[in-house]
Amino acid sequence: MYDFAYHKPSTVADAVKLLADPDAKAISGGHTLLPALKHRLNKPTALVDLSGIAELRGIRREGNAVVIGALAKHAEVAASAEVAAAIPALAFMADHIGDVQVRNRGTIGGSVSNNDPAADYPAAVLGLGATIRTSKREIAADDFFLGMFTTALEPDEILTAISFPIPEKAGYAKMRNPASRYVMAGAFVSKGPQGVRVAITGAGPCVFRQADMEAALAANWSADAVAGIKQAPDDLNSDIHGSAEYRAHLVTVMAKRAVANAG
Amino acid sequence: MPHVTLTVNGKSHTAEVEGRTLLVELLRETLRLTGTHIGCDTSQCGACVVHVNGDSVKSCTTLALAADGASVTTIEGLAAADGTLHPMQEAFREYHALQCGFCTPGMVMSAIDLVQKNPQGLSEQEIREGLEGNLCRCTGYHNIVKAIAAAQDVMHGKRSEIARAAE
Amino acid sequence: MNVVTPFEGIGASVRRKEDFRFLQGKGNYTDDLNRPGQTHAWILRSPHAHAKIRGVDIAAAKAMPGVHGIFTGADTEAAGLGGLPCGWQIHSKDGTPMAEPPHPVLAFERVRHVGDPVAIVVAETRSQARDAAEAIIVDYEPLPAAPSLEQAQAAGATPIHEGVAGNICYDWHIGDKAVVDAAFAAAHRTVALDLVNNRLVPNAMEPRAAVGEFDRFTGDYTLYTTSQNPHVIRLLMAANVLKLPESKVRVVAPDVGGGFGSKIYHYAEEALVTWASAQVGRPVKWTADRTEAFMSDAHGRDHISRAEFAFDKDGRILALRVATQANMGAYLSTFAPCVPTYLYATLLAGVYTTPVIYAEVKAVFTNTVPVDAYRGAGRPEATYLLERLMDVAARELGIDRVELRRRNFIPADAFPYQTPVALQYDSGDYQSTLNECLRVADWAGFEARRAEAAARGKLRGIGISTYLEACGIAPSAVVGSLGARAGLYEVGTIRVHPTGSITVLTGSHSHGQGHETTFAQLVSDKLGVPVAQVDIVHGDTAKVPFGMGTYGSRSLAVGGSAMMKAMDKIIAKGKRIAAHLMEASVEDIEFDRGTFRVAGTDRTKALVDISVAAYVPHNYPIEELEPGLEETAFYDPKNFTYPGGCHIAEVEIDRETGKVDLVNFTAVDDVGRVINPMIVEGQVQGGVAQGVGQALLESCIYDADGQLVSGSMMDYTMPRADDLPPVGVATHTTLCTHNPLGVKGCGEVGAIGSPPAVINAVVDALRDFDVRHIEMPATAAKIWQIINGSHGKAAA
Repeated sequence: MYDFAYHKPSTVADAVKLLADPDAKAISGGHTLLPALKHRLNKPTALVDLSGIAELRGIRREGNAVVIGALAKHAEVAASAEVAAAIPALAFMADHIGDVQVRNRGTIGGSVSNNDPAADYPAAVLGLGATIRTSKREIAADDFFLGMFTTALEPDEILTAISFPIPEKAGYAKMRNPASRYVMAGAFVSKGPQGVRVAITGAGPCVFRQADMEAALAANWSADAVAGIKQAPDDLNSDIHGSAEYRAHLVTVMAKRAVANAG
Repeated sequence: MPHVTLTVNGKSHTAEVEGRTLLVELLRETLRLTGTHIGCDTSQCGACVVHVNGDSVKSCTTLALAADGASVTTIEGLAAADGTLHPMQEAFREYHALQCGFCTPGMVMSAIDLVQKNPQGLSEQEIREGLEGNLCRCTGYHNIVKAIAAAQDVMHGKRSEIARAAE
Repeated sequence: MNVVTPFEGIGASVRRKEDFRFLQGKGNYTDDLNRPGQTHAWILRSPHAHAKIRGVDIAAAKAMPGVHGIFTGADTEAAGLGGLPCGWQIHSKDGTPMAEPPHPVLAFERVRHVGDPVAIVVAETRSQARDAAEAIIVDYEPLPAAPSLEQAQAAGATPIHEGVAGNICYDWHIGDKAVVDAAFAAAHRTVALDLVNNRLVPNAMEPRAAVGEFDRFTGDYTLYTTSQNPHVIRLLMAANVLKLPESKVRVVAPDVGGGFGSKIYHYAEEALVTWASAQVGRPVKWTADRTEAFMSDAHGRDHISRAEFAFDKDGRILALRVATQANMGAYLSTFAPCVPTYLYATLLAGVYTTPVIYAEVKAVFTNTVPVDAYRGAGRPEATYLLERLMDVAARELGIDRVELRRRNFIPADAFPYQTPVALQYDSGDYQSTLNECLRVADWAGFEARRAEAAARGKLRGIGISTYLEACGIAPSAVVGSLGARAGLYEVGTIRVHPTGSITVLTGSHSHGQGHETTFAQLVSDKLGVPVAQVDIVHGDTAKVPFGMGTYGSRSLAVGGSAMMKAMDKIIAKGKRIAAHLMEASVEDIEFDRGTFRVAGTDRTKALVDISVAAYVPHNYPIEELEPGLEETAFYDPKNFTYPGGCHIAEVEIDRETGKVDLVNFTAVDDVGRVINPMIVEGQVQGGVAQGVGQALLESCIYDADGQLVSGSMMDYTMPRADDLPPVGVATHTTLCTHNPLGVKGCGEVGAIGSPPAVINAVVDALRDFDVRHIEMPATAAKIWQIINGSHGKAAA
């Protein structure tokens, strides 16, 4: 790593001030940023550690939504009775991110802000039609994920919490990259206040909604309804682990399994 | 340079570190606790796993400064002062769950966290899944899984000792 | 004293002595060492697969904080450092010696693979060294790269080394082509198969590391390194690279965190830190990170072959014809040339009575990391080829695959058995290992399991491999005649201390095998001393007289035999002392597990009585016998050893995703006498995991420009706990007939026998899809392609 100054503010306001420096970067669990820094792919002059900000913590029920603070670790979400009762698919998903140690450090805010195309959380956020709360505003999931590693967050804007509307049904299924164990293709499906949603992660350069599958599920909520719907491979990722065609095929398989998991 | 103060294996330490210093570097180079190893640079192998405030974490993917105020346990902190091994260490020896020994410290630390967080007990398949973050190139995992299964019984008080039945 | 429980000797699963330190974080691996005044090195490596170096500008880097020295290829050339030597010379068909281009420790004028070292930076801290390395400006002129066998041999391919025509290292053969061609011409049926043995990255969990230290007052150099064979490193580095007397160089390999072959070789970094420590006047430490390991540790395998069996009308093999191309990488690593020749083609008889064999092997330079021995080395390639071809043949001849193998086995009463490819097998019983494996794996019940799986939507398959390997390398005269530039004996010293405890000094080294326990068991068994009183010293050229190290499953067969020989000398001397003490004739003294007895009497002396007398020679035959009780023996094996056996794999394939799950694996191996069953099982299980990794998960991939695509554990699939099932291991023993222990070796059998068993199972699972062959690794994407692209009856 190149050296950097390390700051650990205790309020969002202080963090935002520190992040006004264009060469500063926010860090929480660090499980995406630190490997990149170790390979010297990135040269921030300062890291702003958000993990000391109390207002970013907590998992709570707010009306018909579960609100999860940005600092919630994957293991906390997986173990949360609140989440398990309201959105079991979200707890299931969190319980299958990376490995135990990643889940003990990685945070929902870090994962969603980073928007890795092979991450799990973006699928849940988009697939449930969640609302992202930031230090400045609220952003609908549909407006948040802009492209590979790109979100609607401004440089000095911090994701503070995510509000997940509680669905009637939701399910998640994924096929993992055999080496990295990141997602090769994953589908998060839900039916609820945000309508029927199917969000696909891992397969393309950014999480996306599968409109044909949403329409089919809206008409008939069953695994069979999506089984025949083919994803076009055109814009999907292709690498040594799987071609775009293979990923396209997996999209259908995972959507089918996600619906089955949703019950 | 900034300072970090943390408790390692029950002892308090204060050290001067760079912003970029990793927890594993603090442990190995400053505190000379070389039992915690570095086996990769992509957070895949788990040779560096230690406990931070009771959770297993990859110390190669944790900044030393982020552990300020934390309580850290490493492989060196497991055995009792009189040399009695932790049941997990004892099980690894009894079941031949290590060969070259390089992945072992991280494997043992992960295994202990896994067992502690699952008081209901783990099946063989659950143990295998729980070891996703730890690579071993020597054993094929077979004996590691057996050792953890035996250790969990002792750690949960279902069995009094690790020793295997006579073969 | 010296009461021995019988459980500690040969055949007992003694718990390992070394585990106490490993389990408490007190192992002593190279990177754990910190020498006083130590500096740190970073190696600047080529980002290009092939390029000319037009210039290297180190001015800015040299001015960086903490920098003590920066050295480039020009510096090491000017200093007269030699290149890394190759330890084996192969001659081509036409009698010409192999092409053996220079392998400089730092690239000079040209880089030939991504990761080729270009400069070493020595600084106060590792980060400072790396910071400075980034400030070095190298002016590269990229050249066309040839990372693949095909590219390197293409017409007009850019030569990777001057004077090496067509990038061919050698074009070697074994056997009589005319005789084999005639057998094919007269055959009832022939079966051919083209197959690839995928390139692998060894990935021992401990990355390589080296610390060099120069004492300017004595002129002595010390190298601490992650090596399987410190004496060999000392020999190669002192004589060939640094050009120093060996007596001025000490090499220490402390605890070594896995090797699997990759830590046999003499690597540039070892010589660089040793030399640089004298240049900067401080110890220099270098530790690879995993990314460096991927681009600098010798890789394994990487063959393309065409294999053909000729059969008579009864399904008996008449002949085997093989043509193989082997990727050597950009330079010749220490033992590279022997892997695709004498460790491969000589194994092509396998367990079968194939009367005539012809194999030709073309070794090719490419713009990739050098390739050398990786667990099994040549023998997995031979076994994979034979056992895949056997399955294809069984199907095409319409003969059951088990039956076809049985029909061609070398019978148990045919030993010693001379193969047509140089080796003479001493013992084996292939029908028995097959029968036992079929029984344990419940081969007969498979179809029911397949039907049950089908009901769950899974495709289930079963695969078998019956194999043999040659290890315990090796008779020096034989390997010398085949091109080895070293002897392959081993050295053992038994030092009986005055109080009767024992130190063993051995040239074998442990990188996970548990030698401190197994070797102590040998001593305990023979001399009657408790394991706790036997200490094993290895891995230090200053302590151990000499040694050739650990590889080729040789430590017990060769290193253990040297100890047995040294113990024979101890017993012989002890008998003379005992005879003196008991006033008997030497011929009348018997020895058994620590007790010297006058035959037919109850007059005895314990070993400790003898050792006390030997070191306190008050009542001692001093005129005819020297005091002391320490003996050294060199053991040079008479033959290779030939472990073999049967492996059976069972897989289930998810039809929708193509994912292959290995659900059952059974190994029944004949590894000769088993000293510690617990350790043998562990060795087999670990070897199987690596073989399964090759078959299902692992693949080292370069793109067409020579960039390493699978250059980290994010893209190179390492087997994890949930990729593997429990591995059932059993042994069926026939003794090796030519070493004193009857041992054969168990370190490599798992990696040799398992890959074809797994692929045969995958092909079997897809039996309804008209699949003849699947290349390794059988990834989900590959299997899906087959299922999806198939027009077989089950594809609808």
